[in-house]
Amino acid sequence: MQFPGRRKKLIGSSQNDLYDHCLQFYGQPPLENISLAEFETFAVERLKLLKTVENIGVSYVKNSDQYSKKLEAEFSSLNFPLKTELGDRKVQGGISEYEKRRKDHISHFILRLAYCQTEDLRRWFIQQEMDLFRYRFGELTPKHKTDFLHKNNLKYETVSAEEKKSLKDKLITSSYGLSGITVEEYDFYKVPFQDALDLVRTRKVYLLAGNAYIPHHEIVTIVLNDFRTRLSKALAMTARSLPVVQSDERLQPLLSHLSHAYVGQDYSIQKNIGKISLEQIDALSGKSFPLCMRHLHKALRENHHLRHGGRMQYGLFLKGIGLTLEQALQFWRSEFVKGKVDADKVRLLL
Amino acid sequence: MPTSDYDPACLPDLLPLYYRRLFPFSHYYRWLSYGGVSKNYFQNREFSFTLKDDIYVRYQSFTTQNELEKEMQKMVPYKIDIGAVYSHRPSQHNAVKSGTFQALEKELVFDIDMTDYDDVRCCCSAADICSKCWTLMTIAIRILDRALREDFGFHHLLWVYSGRRGVHCWVCDDAARKLSVAARSAVAEYLSLVKGGEEAVRKVVLSDPIHPFINHSLSVVERYFRQYAIVDQDILGSKESVDKVLALLPDDIKKDLTIYYQEEKNPMKRWERLCTLVEHKKSSVKKGGQYFDKEIMLQYCYPRLDVNVSKGVNHLLKSPFSIHPKTGRISVPIDLKELNTFDPFEVPTISLICEELERPRADEAEDDDLKDKENEQEAGERRRIRDYKRTSLAKYVKVFVRFLEAMARSRKGEMLKKSDLQKDF
Repeated sequence: MQFPGRRKKLIGSSQNDLYDHCLQFYGQPPLENISLAEFETFAVERLKLLKTVENIGVSYVKNSDQYSKKLEAEFSSLNFPLKTELGDRKVQGGISEYEKRRKDHISHFILRLAYCQTEDLRRWFIQQEMDLFRYRFGELTPKHKTDFLHKNNLKYETVSAEEKKSLKDKLITSSYGLSGITVEEYDFYKVPFQDALDLVRTRKVYLLAGNAYIPHHEIVTIVLNDFRTRLSKALAMTARSLPVVQSDERLQPLLSHLSHAYVGQDYSIQKNIGKISLEQIDALSGKSFPLCMRHLHKALRENHHLRHGGRMQYGLFLKGIGLTLEQALQFWRSEFVKGKVDADKVRLLL
Repeated sequence: MPTSDYDPACLPDLLPLYYRRLFPFSHYYRWLSYGGVSKNYFQNREFSFTLKDDIYVRYQSFTTQNELEKEMQKMVPYKIDIGAVYSHRPSQHNAVKSGTFQALEKELVFDIDMTDYDDVRCCCSAADICSKCWTLMTIAIRILDRALREDFGFHHLLWVYSGRRGVHCWVCDDAARKLSVAARSAVAEYLSLVKGGEEAVRKVVLSDPIHPFINHSLSVVERYFRQYAIVDQDILGSKESVDKVLALLPDDIKKDLTIYYQEEKNPMKRWERLCTLVEHKKSSVKKGGQYFDKEIMLQYCYPRLDVNVSKGVNHLLKSPFSIHPKTGRISVPIDLKELNTFDPFEVPTISLICEELERPRADEAEDDDLKDKENEQEAGERRRIRDYKRTSLAKYVKVFVRFLEAMARSRKGEMLKKSDLQKDF
């Protein structure tokens, strides 16, 4: 006989342990069974989230108010966990916080599989996950921030009030935007300088006896570095175990679809080789060519001739937009012949 | 102190003598073994030798002190460089699967070279140095030593004269030897204030807030600046050097000074006027301080590091106690307690110490015979120790030994701490 009520409560408590913070370092992979449908949905939704992170990051200054508002909206529409405590009342008909965190956890690991294979994919994934992490960490209350640090073994001590007092002037002059009052109010963390290299390198922090004195609001930089290092290592390891995963026929098509769906900004010309036909050139020259090339094309058509420099410029441009060698030969020959140059000589001109 | 005239042509004769009887092998080995705490630390260390006719060989490694001695005596290197401690014996690096032979640890090192200051010193240029510009090295050592100890918490620093025109610093702490490339580069950048190549005119820019490190460094520079720059280098003397200084100032101050300098020829008064004008400007401008006078002092005096030397874990640097083939001088450790009186021209040359070796000593005891009964290596060892003690090298070896003993004490302290933690009484 089932006692659904009680059972739910029991499951609830072990769930609480697993996802007791809305943010995590993704240290442990999920250990449960899920359906293929859920697998796919989670992955696609996280990908949407990361794409949004990228787009918003390009359109707005990172961590500005607009940036945060836009990102928050996306989080709620996609049902990813943000700030709420576990154990909040379940929104009527909505998804519980627990469910959101579970999705966050699982979807991250699925995307690791899809994005570990090449340097470009890894770089893109790490960049978006870092921006995402930075945003979410920034939204935490100071207490939650400290909780997070302790839970993840970043046991950085806070600086005692007496020490802060004795170092007050030095602390004020070493970080931008600090005053006597803020130094007193804020927590400062003592972090070994090896863990705060970005701040050390730019001399934005006070150093004493090998420790960097980091104000609370800067601790995110340290945490991010840690996050990046861990994720980078994890992706490298994942790449090595990938062949096993890819041999599963159910997953293979989904994973390759995911990684091809988006690889970030792509400026490589290769991707844009359409096959243009010779007939298209005249039309395209009016519509899509840059002015310099349009001019060259016009001159060529009018005079049936171009000087060496012009041929070189224009020829390379045509190659760049996708003209094949045969087409190019044909094109130049047809034009120059009109200019009463021997077809044979045309070959020498190119 | 009379120095025998050094002639590079004599090196082939002097070097073998140096390596047989004077090079402090036992202390050297003791240094690079670091107490034997890590297995194979000495065995996996890379050395590189430059032999006669500029033949350069890398990936030299040795299993014992004895092997090091024998090889050096056999190969007679003109130059010796020390590299990193690798994952395997460097001499066998070809036998190791490609990709697995890696540089693991090395001291954090700094190289200050006088040629990097050529744009701000007028007494010498290129490879030359003199007592006037040597002050730059003194300033560099004081600033960097303080920062590495107080800011970064390092304790075991060995400062060495390079033999010609600069100094090196070997930071030998455990933590320093384990630093990553990123960490080394971060330390070097933290310590860098003079930026910009030949093209840059203004190489130091300060803005509020002034970091405590910069303030500490400024107080060192200020101690030396007037004597060094205004008097010795005479930077406000000739028109040429005055122009260089004025180029670092904003137009209004420049104009004022140009007029003032037409009348006032005394360099110290000229400098004072410059400072007064900068001070005035600072208080009249509301936005953050302008620190033109401090920037000038730093541009003329602040240490110029080559970040690339410090960055690489596998970078090879000239070894202490090696000879500089062009000058014959020995790369000796510098005693920071005597820094103010250190004179690079008093550093012994190989010809001097070889000559000192040959001088018979009246008080030389005859108890050699007694000691012959002991095993040959020890006897040779003792003879060698007696040998260098008779030469000008002695006091520098003493500095080195003090450095080694400080490290040994610190290691002992660490071990005690560890065993205490493990409740191992």
